[in-house]
Amino acid sequence: MRKVELKGITKSYDGKQDVLKAIDVTVEPGEFFVLVGPSGCGKSTMLRMIAGLESITSGELALDGKRANALTPSERDLSMVFQNYALYPHLSVEQNITFGLHVKKVSKREQKERCKEVCGMLGLTDYMKRKPRELSGGQRQRVALARAVVTQAPLCLMDEPLSNLDAKLRAKMRSEIRQLQRKLGLTMIYVTHDQTEAMTMADRMMILSDGDVQQIGRPLDVYNNPANTFVASFIGSPPMNLIDAEMKDSVLVADGHWMTPVTAAMKQKIGSGRVTLGVRPEHISLAKDSEPGFLVQVANVEVLGTETLVTFDFGEATQWIAKWPGQSSVQPGEQIRICVDDRHLALFSAEKGERIVCEAAPVKKVSL
Amino acid sequence: MTTMQHEFTADRQVERKRAWSNWATGMLFLLPSLLLFGVFLFYPMVRTVYLSLFLTDSQGVPIVFVGWENFLNLFQSTSFQISAKATALFVLYTVPAGIVLATALAILANQKLRGIGLFRTMFSATMGMSVAASSVIWMFLFNPSIGLFNRILAALNISGVQWLLDPQYALLSVSIATIWMNTGFAFLILLGGLQNIDQSLYESARIAGVSESCKLRKITLPMLSPTLFFVTTVSLINAFQTFGQIDLLTKGGPMESTNVIVYSIYKDAFINYNVGSASAQAVLLFVTVLVVTVLQFKIGERKVHYQ
Ligand SMILES: Nc1ncnc2c1ncn2[C@@H]1O[C@H](COP(=O)(O)OP(=O)(O)O)[C@@H](O)[C@H]1O
Ligand SMILES: [Mg+2]
Repeated sequence: MRKVELKGITKSYDGKQDVLKAIDVTVEPGEFFVLVGPSGCGKSTMLRMIAGLESITSGELALDGKRANALTPSERDLSMVFQNYALYPHLSVEQNITFGLHVKKVSKREQKERCKEVCGMLGLTDYMKRKPRELSGGQRQRVALARAVVTQAPLCLMDEPLSNLDAKLRAKMRSEIRQLQRKLGLTMIYVTHDQTEAMTMADRMMILSDGDVQQIGRPLDVYNNPANTFVASFIGSPPMNLIDAEMKDSVLVADGHWMTPVTAAMKQKIGSGRVTLGVRPEHISLAKDSEPGFLVQVANVEVLGTETLVTFDFGEATQWIAKWPGQSSVQPGEQIRICVDDRHLALFSAEKGERIVCEAAPVKKVSL
Repeated sequence: MTTMQHEFTADRQVERKRAWSNWATGMLFLLPSLLLFGVFLFYPMVRTVYLSLFLTDSQGVPIVFVGWENFLNLFQSTSFQISAKATALFVLYTVPAGIVLATALAILANQKLRGIGLFRTMFSATMGMSVAASSVIWMFLFNPSIGLFNRILAALNISGVQWLLDPQYALLSVSIATIWMNTGFAFLILLGGLQNIDQSLYESARIAGVSESCKLRKITLPMLSPTLFFVTTVSLINAFQTFGQIDLLTKGGPMESTNVIVYSIYKDAFINYNVGSASAQAVLLFVTVLVVTVLQFKIGERKVHYQ
């Protein structure tokens, strides 16, 4: 276990443009910390700076409270799993796993024992003599994992380790990696562009966009209280539905004619400006007869077995998605009456997209 | 039923027609290279083997069929034995040293440093130089009175060496010049091989804390082995066929010490007009190169790690 602190970490490759801008974050010992964001936002760069593979332009990196900016990668006592696994094609699985252990003064006998143990743990015992090219993608992934585990380093870094696997195997490995981390008590920093991986694996996660931290928090907190429209649309599948709305009198008007009343407190927060209104797909339901609702036209229906995704036209240029439990019989082209759960409305400022926090929920059912 | 059978045979006919026209098109594409190879490679080869079994006049016209006599004469001639020995030594001097040198330079030039492009250009520059130009440079360097090497020796108070005129040194001197000439090509290919190695392998090794020499032995050389194998094969064949610098620097002398087989073939064919003997030597050289290359593939390829 190991504590990792980043204080004002900035990275620039060319001396002009900052790829990472003043990152402040602390990863607690034993934590599974996920770094998530779209491709090119600087996740790998941050991970490689922690590993010591990339120099730190400014700011401080501390491991267990001690400044580590100038330490070489091996002095940081960590292990890393690369996206392409970085297995040595000319060495057997066993040699790959024990590669470099001699540096840490591990005797030949112990190397063998450790390798056996790790292979047993990851189901690689039958493949120890094989070369990487004789393994399937999933098995190679396990070898990469085994190589990280066998060093017994207290901190493990992973850079999109599952992105080369098919969806089914990915789901399986997610759970395996998480169990392994818990069992060994590793501090884990895990990079991914896949919000599902972040949501399902993280103790805490950090959402990064264009080198800026968008939000740090536990998955459910982030999901329920996204800090801005970027996080709202990045986390969650399908993402949060968003639409521009305007404050008129004491109602919010979206797209000219959908209306929702707001409380006095909310009104005060919003002022008279424009806002962005957000609703999670699961908070849109078919309106019951007694409920106020509004008519929309269904554009597409995806039935997934346990749930149904209904895409409908909302306003002129927007399509929203609703997620209903069960197998709905709604057909494309149909007119349906929907109703939005107003307790879960999220409001964001129109300019910066930051969330406007409103403590009290609006009083009435929304009739947009 | 009969209509079906009829259609079936019709299909077969169409298929056969298409296959034939495919074959004809393919041949048409191959024709230019087949013609070129035929005229400039296959025919001369066959002709050489044929001539090696004859006694010829001074124009190279076969006169008497003599069977293996040309070969038997060669095996008994001391001149040929000297030639064979010189060739073997020449290959031994130039190939291993050249490859070690090129590999070392390639590893040096593969660093990420400011201005490394300049060194890469310099190290590969000999590839762009003709054998004639290179030979002239080396002729000056080897010159006993004004050459750089003897001046250095003089500055160190060592008496000068007749680099190209002393039978003891001539082959070595030509070999040194040859190594220099061939380094550019081997360097460039090996540098390409090095740059193809996945950087994350080295990063993984850095995290493990492996030493530089261990990285070289355990990662770089094994990953480079296919390229090394290729370069070795080409260098071996090249070394057996070296002609230009020998002709320009020593003309096979002094006392036949640099009279490698290719040069001996040239002399027999175009100076002594003994085409039969020259052809026999050419056949022997061909067989030798073939055997060495096959051996190399049989033995060397086992040590190569293809991805
Ligand atoms: N070695 C490098 N030199 C220059 N720019 C780089 C280098 N590596 C990454 N970048 C740039 O830094 C940004 C972040 O890259 P990266 O950290 O790899 O993103 P991610 O892993 O989130 O996809 C990208 O815009 C990329 O172009
Ligand atoms: Mg990346």
